[in-house]
Amino acid sequence: MGSLLSEKQRDIKEAREELQRIIGLCRSVEIKGLDPYIVDVDDLVKVIRDYFPMWKDSEDLCLDAEAVNSIASVVRMQGEWVKRRASALYRDPFLIEEKVRGLPVDKMAEIFLKVWRPIIELEQLTIKGFREALKYWSDLPPLNVRWQKIGYTKTETECVTREEVIKEGVLSSEPFMAELEKVWLELKSRVLRDGKIRYWDFIGSETYEDTVRRAYLTSFLVTYGYANLQINFSEDEIFILPNEKPLNRENSETISFPISISFEEWVRWKEKRRA
Amino acid sequence: MEREKKGIDRKARYASKVRKAAQLLLYRRHSTPGAKGWELRKKIGSDYSKVIDLLNEYLAKIGLTVKVVFEEANPPENPTIDQYDRARFYITLKDDLTIEEAKMVGWRIDDLAALCASIAYIISRGGKAQRKEIEDLLKVKIPGWRVEMDLNKFIRLGYLFEDENGQIYIGWRTRAEVDQKKLIDLLLETESKTE
Repeated sequence: MGSLLSEKQRDIKEAREELQRIIGLCRSVEIKGLDPYIVDVDDLVKVIRDYFPMWKDSEDLCLDAEAVNSIASVVRMQGEWVKRRASALYRDPFLIEEKVRGLPVDKMAEIFLKVWRPIIELEQLTIKGFREALKYWSDLPPLNVRWQKIGYTKTETECVTREEVIKEGVLSSEPFMAELEKVWLELKSRVLRDGKIRYWDFIGSETYEDTVRRAYLTSFLVTYGYANLQINFSEDEIFILPNEKPLNRENSETISFPISISFEEWVRWKEKRRA
Repeated sequence: MEREKKGIDRKARYASKVRKAAQLLLYRRHSTPGAKGWELRKKIGSDYSKVIDLLNEYLAKIGLTVKVVFEEANPPENPTIDQYDRARFYITLKDDLTIEEAKMVGWRIDDLAALCASIAYIISRGGKAQRKEIEDLLKVKIPGWRVEMDLNKFIRLGYLFEDENGQIYIGWRTRAEVDQKKLIDLLLETESKTE
């Protein structure tokens, strides 16, 4: 009984070694770029099939799968080999190598010049480009200013009352509607020929506080019908369009559209404008 | 009168498109020169192939031509619009260079020979070869220090491409500038004449 068991174990050991040899052979063909047809694929598949019933452990099954995979690589290489031989560019590599080694340098260069058509390209500075670059340079703040970090603390977003906004100095105590009318007139004067302006270009200001104040007022412009928002989702753009007269929105369906006026957004807008 | 005016307008429009196409193809805007078909379509319009033909006519007079390099390894005989859109358009020389002219372009004769040998060797090996093999081949005729420098230059310029395993392939510039089939034919032909 004992001798039978040890014989079986010896068989398994030999079978594992055989699979390792198959994997090694396939790998060497791939690495050394040998002719893949030196591998007798049918023969190797037969060996793997014969050993398959012996495998019980997952490790042995993995080895079996690896061997099958190596053979698949050889088959793929055989396909590529046939394709290459059939292509118009195929010539016997040894013949070409011999000729490359045998030809003198000047002859080789002469041949190359007959088949070489270099790409023509220009690298030229135009006056327009130079002027733009100069303007960019003069507007560019020094590194110590650009890399200066502006300190701020992050807080949770909360609702704010008009009184609080006045207290913080974001809105003046001037009658609210008068202030709103002022912003509406400004919006009408700033819209482009197509009757609209980018949301951030309108609310954006030199300071973050003023930007928030303008965003707050703009939201009322839309709510009270002084202006409309146009949202272009595909290009991630929001435009604001003033109305000639305030529209009565009482009977129309209104939706709420939140727009983030975070400090980071404002910094990004400023940098974009500077660029 | 009206017809004449329309004709002049059309001519002016095409002249402006040809100028734009020349600028797009001549000025390098990305890491590689030239422009893709879809870029030309975007900037010039759907009639860009007609504009390229007109540009080609003009360039021919000064010894240049527009070369179209398709994505496919074997260039299609009757390319579709989609294949043109995906192809890259370059302006190249139209005729052969002489050795003297090549020197004017800034190439030494031994550098040209080394490039020719490297490309031919890679083609013969089915499109890829180990860097070491190419170095050994070039070292037979060129000093070792120069071989290293040359190979790095060919890779930098895009004639060859090296992967992380030290395998060298034909680069984008060779595909655009070199007639690989003719190169192999000429090499074999020349040798048989000298034999």
